[in-house]
Amino acid sequence: MQLTRRNVLGLTAGAAAFAVAGARITPALASAEDAEKMVMEFAGGATPSEGKVMLNAPEIAENGNTVPVTVTVESAMSGDDLVESVIIFADGNPSPAVATFHFTEMSGEALATTRIRLAKTQNVIAVAKMKDGSVFMDKKQVKVTIGGCGG
Amino acid sequence: MASKPRIKVPKSATAGEVITIKTLISHDMESGQRKDKDGNPIPRQIINKFTCTFEGQVVFECDLDPAISANPYFEFNAKVPASGTFKFTWLDDDGSVYEAEAPIEVK
Repeated sequence: MQLTRRNVLGLTAGAAAFAVAGARITPALASAEDAEKMVMEFAGGATPSEGKVMLNAPEIAENGNTVPVTVTVESAMSGDDLVESVIIFADGNPSPAVATFHFTEMSGEALATTRIRLAKTQNVIAVAKMKDGSVFMDKKQVKVTIGGCGG
Repeated sequence: MASKPRIKVPKSATAGEVITIKTLISHDMESGQRKDKDGNPIPRQIINKFTCTFEGQVVFECDLDPAISANPYFEFNAKVPASGTFKFTWLDDDGSVYEAEAPIEVK
């Protein structure tokens, strides 16, 4: 095999993945049901409907230690049309809760970006609660090459 | 444990404009899931709350869980009604509070 830049990169990535997998102590992972239960708890009786919330996450994350995610919620952010909070879950992490964003009228726009850890390939779920009590959710599957939990 | 926070806020805006704020703080965000060389669990130590206020009014808040990456980064929007100062606060599990400020001028 000719030693090209591409080959070298591929080999080192493979070796690194192997080393990580070998040294890892598998933590007890939360199940999708746990995440669903937490979604319901957050929704407080309302049934989450599709739409309004947009969750942006990469389809494939090479490094589960930092996966950028962005949530946007369609809202005028004034009066009754206000997003109160958005919660993010990862249903395959040791604990599904990731972050809760709280917005106010001063936010101007319900948008937030952060970087999260994902232990393995799984669904990332964003649930938004509006001031009038309605709840919306969006779900994205993120494929993770190297997990970001434990060590 | 955490170092000086880095913040990006525009220097000026027009009244009522919605601006984007970016913040980053260096912190290990020890998740409590990891184990040391001898197999003992490393205790959790993360920043558990981030708040941004403008002249005393809350603009954006976030409750963080251990699944937030090391060196937590946030990008969010804020409405600027008048000249003033944005205040940022990070709360650590160990009780430490990290603070930062950024002024903005309305033209």
